[in-house]
Amino acid sequence: MNIITIEHVAKVYEVGAEEVHALRDVSLKIDKNEYVAIMGPSGSGKSTLMNILGCLDTPTRGLYNFKGHNVSEMNDNELAKIRNKEIGFVFQTFNLLPRSDALHNVELPLIYAGVPASERKERAILALENVGLADRMHHKPNELSGGQRQRVAVARALVTRPSIILADEPTGNLDTKTGEDIMSLFNDIYQQGNTIILVTHEEYIAEHAERIIRIRDGLIERDENVIKRVIPKKKEEVA
Amino acid sequence: MKNYLFELKEGLLISLRAIRANKIRSVLTTLGIVIGVTSVVLMSTAIKGIDNVFQKGVSSLGSDNLYIDKWEWFNNDIPWWELRNRRNLTLEDYRRYSESAKLPIAAAPTVWSIQKIKHKNTTLEAIFITGTTNDYIRTTNLTFDEGRFFNEIESRGGRNVVVLGNTVAKNLFPHRHALSEDIKIKGQKFKVVGVLSEQGSWVMGSFNPDNQVFIPIQNVFKYLQSQSFRSITINVRAPNTQMIEPVKEEAIGIMRRVRGLKYSEANDFSINQQEGLLNNINQTIGVIQIAGLFITSLALFVGAIGIMNIMFVSVKERTKEIGIRKAIGAKKRTILSQFITEAVIICLLGGLVGFLLALILSMIVNQFLPTSVQVDAVILAVIISLITGVVSGFAPAYTASKLDPVEALRYE
Repeated sequence: MNIITIEHVAKVYEVGAEEVHALRDVSLKIDKNEYVAIMGPSGSGKSTLMNILGCLDTPTRGLYNFKGHNVSEMNDNELAKIRNKEIGFVFQTFNLLPRSDALHNVELPLIYAGVPASERKERAILALENVGLADRMHHKPNELSGGQRQRVAVARALVTRPSIILADEPTGNLDTKTGEDIMSLFNDIYQQGNTIILVTHEEYIAEHAERIIRIRDGLIERDENVIKRVIPKKKEEVA
Repeated sequence: MKNYLFELKEGLLISLRAIRANKIRSVLTTLGIVIGVTSVVLMSTAIKGIDNVFQKGVSSLGSDNLYIDKWEWFNNDIPWWELRNRRNLTLEDYRRYSESAKLPIAAAPTVWSIQKIKHKNTTLEAIFITGTTNDYIRTTNLTFDEGRFFNEIESRGGRNVVVLGNTVAKNLFPHRHALSEDIKIKGQKFKVVGVLSEQGSWVMGSFNPDNQVFIPIQNVFKYLQSQSFRSITINVRAPNTQMIEPVKEEAIGIMRRVRGLKYSEANDFSINQQEGLLNNINQTIGVIQIAGLFITSLALFVGAIGIMNIMFVSVKERTKEIGIRKAIGAKKRTILSQFITEAVIICLLGGLVGFLLALILSMIVNQFLPTSVQVDAVILAVIISLITGVVSGFAPAYTASKLDPVEALRYE
């Protein structure tokens, strides 16, 4: 079943008197439990595409259907609800609340979802355990390393059990080794049956995905499945 | 509803966290509100105190009393030279009035004089001496610490007896009872037959019975001043407040007849009542109140601007945070209420501290004006700080809630 269907989506920004066509005409479908990388050089429109996929922004033209909901016509509050329940974000700069500890950061989406405090705490701790940070839950972001911060962000993204994980250059601020750790974490998450959309401009990061969509000048240049050099674990094993 | 309460609770926790994170800034911002609320509460308390004092003072005049006099006490409608040219009211006028008047409980003539009084080596300067008859006591609510008012025999016979106001008695006889002692007024010996209990308040000045002495009216004319120069005042007491108007109408009729006025002639006397004074006082206090509250609310206004300012800075500073919150699902309303709650908490804290400060300061005020912080001042403080919080928090909070999550996330 398709989680995401976008058809002939375009996004036009008005910068002063000029119109900037960030996306011209993009159509794609993403299935449940796919691992998709969106690639493209800067200015290609991949960030715009990610914002639209993440329901942070709405397209100027075209149709965006998320699990049967017409996102292109949603208002701000409905978008907020979709982001809260269906999408887990992982950002390049981690985007944790600096003054809150790891536990509170992970709890935050559940707060907005209206989950009662006790259940919230339990789920947040579980999510932190899942990324191997149960012993760091009362640390503030500045007391954690970059890799640990990103893992807190991953826990936050997973805690609402969203339909998709949207990761925007998740290794961009990390050294290669830590980046690899995070990528293998994503791999585990994917193996657990989650749907992941990864935005990156690094070829070796994109190769972790099963499918790569290349964007250039606001159009899809190529959309192809990755031929793995290493045979991944079979999905059935984990599902 | 449940959902809303939930959000409110979370909003509270988030706000407290933010306030704690910026302690010094929060304290300084709160200070503005503290000063504002303190001055508003204190001012309203002080005004209440002034009002109390005046009302109490005026009530010692008695709300059921009328005063027939040559002079108009409170209105300035009639030019003073006309008042001056009126014939004096005499004891004869009083006699004929009290014979004809059916409605009042009592009526008594009074005349005053200011004299030195002495007991042994103690002299009191400029004491207000009221000359009257035994009927006077029934036109007032005066009560006694010791003794009684002079009786009809003493009054008619013009005996040298005196009733002392409370303050006068205390000053003249600091350490012992005044009853049955002799005092001297203009060289004449008077025997103390009664001491009043404490009555009025300082606003009434020498009109306060506490600062007066009372002697039979003949004695004033005999020893202190000539009857022909002085106009008397007739104190009239109506049975109750509803009867004031009929008593007044009756008095006007009788007095016109007594004074032999023709149909075309205007009254050559005035009928004064407490109401006139009350109106004057209420007007004055009303002006003080408006001016006072206006000035103090300026202080509060400055405090509110401080909060609004700091909230704008806070929103700007936390743009990224707002972006993160929005990205993971905070609705506009959630962000709006988060920032308003923050402003309201700062204001309520300020209101609380300001109120406590006002409570302490009002104890100092209490030394000069008998007053206390009223329950309505508490409510006032809470309401003011709530409104200030919502008003000063709204604009910044609205700005925050309208931020575009994509833009906000990009903000560094």
